Amino acid sequence: MNKITNRQIACEVLAEHARTDRDIVVLCSDSRGSASLAPFAKEFPGQFVEVGIAEQDLVGIAAGLAKCGKKAYAASPASFVTTRSYEQAKVDCAYSNTNVKLIGISGGVSYGALGMSHHSAQDIAAMSAIPNMRVYLPSDRFQTRCLFEALLKDEKPAYIRLGRNAVEDVYEEGNVPFEMDKATVVTEGADALIVACGEMVKPARDAAALLKEQGVGATVLDMYCVKPLDAQGLLAAAKGKKLVVTVEEHSPFGGLGSMVSQVIGANDPKKVINLALPDAPVVTGNSRQVFEHYGLDAAGIAKTVRENI
Amino acid sequence: MQNLKALSYKLRRDVIEMIMAGKAGHIGGDMSVMETLVSLYFHAMNISPENQDDPNRDMFVMSKGHCVESLYAVLAEKGFFPIETCIREYSQFGSKFIGHPNNKLPGIEMNSGSLGHGLPVAVGMALAQKMDGRPSRTYVVMGDGELGEGSVWEGAMSATQYKLDNLCAVIDRNRLQISGTTEEVMHQDSVEDRWLAFGWNVLSVDGNDIDAMNRAFDSARATKGRPTLIVANTTKGKGSGVMEDKVGWHHHVPTQEEYEQIMKDLRAREEEYSHE
Repeated sequence: MNKITNRQIACEVLAEHARTDRDIVVLCSDSRGSASLAPFAKEFPGQFVEVGIAEQDLVGIAAGLAKCGKKAYAASPASFVTTRSYEQAKVDCAYSNTNVKLIGISGGVSYGALGMSHHSAQDIAAMSAIPNMRVYLPSDRFQTRCLFEALLKDEKPAYIRLGRNAVEDVYEEGNVPFEMDKATVVTEGADALIVACGEMVKPARDAAALLKEQGVGATVLDMYCVKPLDAQGLLAAAKGKKLVVTVEEHSPFGGLGSMVSQVIGANDPKKVINLALPDAPVVTGNSRQVFEHYGLDAAGIAKTVRENI
Repeated sequence: MQNLKALSYKLRRDVIEMIMAGKAGHIGGDMSVMETLVSLYFHAMNISPENQDDPNRDMFVMSKGHCVESLYAVLAEKGFFPIETCIREYSQFGSKFIGHPNNKLPGIEMNSGSLGHGLPVAVGMALAQKMDGRPSRTYVVMGDGELGEGSVWEGAMSATQYKLDNLCAVIDRNRLQISGTTEEVMHQDSVEDRWLAFGWNVLSVDGNDIDAMNRAFDSARATKGRPTLIVANTTKGKGSGVMEDKVGWHHHVPTQEEYEQIMKDLRAREEEYSHE
């Protein structure tokens, strides 16, 4: 079982590049520990900005740095950086088109029993609704590395949600199919399409394995690029399938399910089921317990596919 | 040397023409902030159409973005775009000259409009200038009603934390906001004491006196180890008795009669100052 978190990988990639690129600046809001960025802060004190518990300031400062040529990576809990500083993301990053990458750490229900204040089940909807803001939810540590390598090459704003806990590998070292803004086909089957993002990709893949044993073929699409959604890849994967199931660690409104439904509905109408968190504070528990409770684990996803195909 | 006192009144007339043509604009704050902008663009800042892409240029953020008409007039005078184009297109369908700053226009660094954003952004700019060892400075202009936004105070804290002596903020202290006086709506006195308590170097001057503003910016530049706040004590609607210190003129569009009187008053002031 993998013990390395996606946030640790993000820190590693940023540190590797910061050694030769003095313009990479990381900002935290008393969140360097939670973000696994303490090693970065220690190694690059001149490229690290601590703003204290002040997310609006965090994002505004990041935009100002970016306007003056810096590659700004602002990391703060996803729940705060996407809503407390929502307007700074909208105006200072997206509208002003500054090279700010907002890293939402401990996304979704990562904080478990800490409750709704600390859960970010609205971040995909909120950030996707902003023109010129991209939204990425990498699935595992290998894809996280590819994504950050790609983000370092562009100069546009983006929001990246990372979970708190280590997640099992979806891909293998040395064999990570990745093309920026193109969904990745994880496994192929003939009957159903499961579209997932972030931490939901692994249970989706496991669900496909369960379904295979039961004689149901399922393709799993890793839609880490929720915005811009890879509509072409989605339609190609959905072609000929009887059913599409979306899986996300997010509110049922305005997230991956909504966006996939729009594309399928307009281009290849068929049944689409959206698996998501409820429109309510989630049950108290750790991520695994919460996912199981709402049918977002492998067994729950497989059951939904079987019942609707 | 240009007569900046007279220029401030000529540019006020440009603003009035813009507002009459576009039938919109924040006239009161445009008039109060004019000397601040003229002093910045014609005295304090190293910025021009020729060096607008130079990383060593000074940076400016108009945080009270609703007073964009005054900024347009100043940028046009600096040569960033023709004032005739601006007056013709301001607030018209499909125009780039919208009612708040946007960086699709030359001379504008950051989009603004929502209050309380400018100071944190300016802190980031000043930090970047420090990191890169640049000689340049960052300036930001806020309104006094804007101080109600909590993000202003987040920015105020971080500016002293990082000892940003290359950062200078101005508060256009005209003492009026849309619903009434600042002291009625949400008190700001003593604004000087508040910023002193946050560790800033604070200067309180007559913000409609161009010489006083020039001296204040010079003094800010000479201050080391901490950022400077200039409280520019101004009169909202400055330039004509028709609109001076009247809360209703926050975004009033003059009638034809008012327009004629205002232009007459502004011309008289310009004429008076042009002999100094």
